[in-house]
Amino acid sequence: MVVDAATKFYATQSGSVHALDKVSIEVREGEFLCILGPSGCGKSTLLWAMGGLHDLTSGQIRLGEEVITKPHPEIAMIFQDANLLPWRNLAKNVALPFELKRKRPDMERIGRLLERVSLNGFENKFPRELSGGMQQRASIVRSLAVNPSVLLMDEPFGALDAFTRDEMNLLIQEIWMETGKTIAFVTHSISEAIFLADRVVVMSARPGRITAIYDIDVPRPRSVEIQTRPDFIERVLQVKARIDRGRITSDLAIA
Amino acid sequence: MDKVLGDKIPEFNRKQEADGPGLAGLSSFSLGSGRTHLETAVILLVAVVVIGGAELALRLFNVPQYILPKPSQIVSALFTEWPFLWPHLVTTLYELFVGFAIGGAIGFVMAAVITQFPFVEKVITPYILLLVTTPMLALVPLLILRFGFGSEPRIIAVALASGPMVMINSATGFRRVDLAKIALARSFGASTLQIFTKIRIPMAMPMIIVGLMVGSIFGLLTAIGAEMVGGAEGLGNRLTYYSALIRMPQFFAVILLLAIIGISIYVFFYWLGKKWANWEA
Repeated sequence: MVVDAATKFYATQSGSVHALDKVSIEVREGEFLCILGPSGCGKSTLLWAMGGLHDLTSGQIRLGEEVITKPHPEIAMIFQDANLLPWRNLAKNVALPFELKRKRPDMERIGRLLERVSLNGFENKFPRELSGGMQQRASIVRSLAVNPSVLLMDEPFGALDAFTRDEMNLLIQEIWMETGKTIAFVTHSISEAIFLADRVVVMSARPGRITAIYDIDVPRPRSVEIQTRPDFIERVLQVKARIDRGRITSDLAIA
Repeated sequence: MDKVLGDKIPEFNRKQEADGPGLAGLSSFSLGSGRTHLETAVILLVAVVVIGGAELALRLFNVPQYILPKPSQIVSALFTEWPFLWPHLVTTLYELFVGFAIGGAIGFVMAAVITQFPFVEKVITPYILLLVTTPMLALVPLLILRFGFGSEPRIIAVALASGPMVMINSATGFRRVDLAKIALARSFGASTLQIFTKIRIPMAMPMIIVGLMVGSIFGLLTAIGAEMVGGAEGLGNRLTYYSALIRMPQFFAVILLLAIIGISIYVFFYWLGKKWANWEA
């Protein structure tokens, strides 16, 4: 998947906002890419554009040869706060993509996935009866159920507590290793990005542009404990310094 | 708040604060208000005490029937008068159903369409508010002049009274757009129609049901009022008839019937809400 000079302005009541400025990334096949940046840096805008939910002012997003201008069946999104439909039980939430595509739900695949994320037996529960982590696991199953080749995740674990978040990070790493999907994962947590990613793309705000790309060569599977290792922390500080520098310059530019 | 309570509070409860409840009192027919057996028993006990007390007091002080009939007289009047009452009941229910079906359908469709166009909505809302706040009963004499003493003027009045209520509440529901849920559906390739039927309508459903409930109660009110204004049929007409003849037990029997209709409407929509919109409880 290729993002080529993606530029986005959008109009608000207080004028035009320059959300993305000539952002170019290549998301390699089977790669786990994290897009990291402070809030308002346009990382979600970029991800939504990759999902075909926004158009760009200029530039292009391609999946293979195809230009993405609208949602693509090979691309599935996972949203903040799980985004389950509260009026549907778990089984019906997970079946939603099939319903929208007018296909019979692949019950066998759904069953296997639910079991994989330990949600089997909860099919008749409504979202309000599930914990935040369970809800997000359900939304992962919903996206994987239609077997896309690319997963776009928009700060999926931002609202979870630290323990659940660690659990989810481990789970998504395992799922990625098992399925070999291409994942682009937006987050504002530096340690989450470094923990998960093959490569971390750092973005700065106003306008959103790429300031650095880090290769993370920590061997997998990575355990939660590596986050407390000195070299891991060293990396986090390094990236943090980079982001702070970007912030200061963009703040100065505005002043 | 997101971060602290994130897991515990379903997305929707948070949304509600921003929108405010449409018609405050009536939207609080919140569904899971489970009563304990004790509470049910006390409610029944109060009914027994009030009705029994009234019966006793009226007997004790020898209150004449034409001032206030005894509960037992009212019930027996309902049975003895039933053969003469039921055609009027049918008339009233017919007017209510037809008028509400017309008004409710128009109100629902208008709400669904108008909320898609913020400009149109802003322009139309004051006029709808005018329809909601002006008692449509006031139009009945005029409608009778034009349509005669049959059911038509009342059906029109019922439609005019219930339609705007359905519309204004449904519109509140449709206005609660959750962009993330629409984006979710779009990301799986949903069409505009699918977004409407699978996201927008279910999301608006709690307020639609509130609108239907309020609308139908307003419709009942208007039907009865319209029947009191003119014509020779309907429960409203029976109220004026019996009171003119000072047949108070029969008069109160009609009121009892009206109360039963009203409660049935409430219970029906409560049940519908439990069935279709219980996720918001």
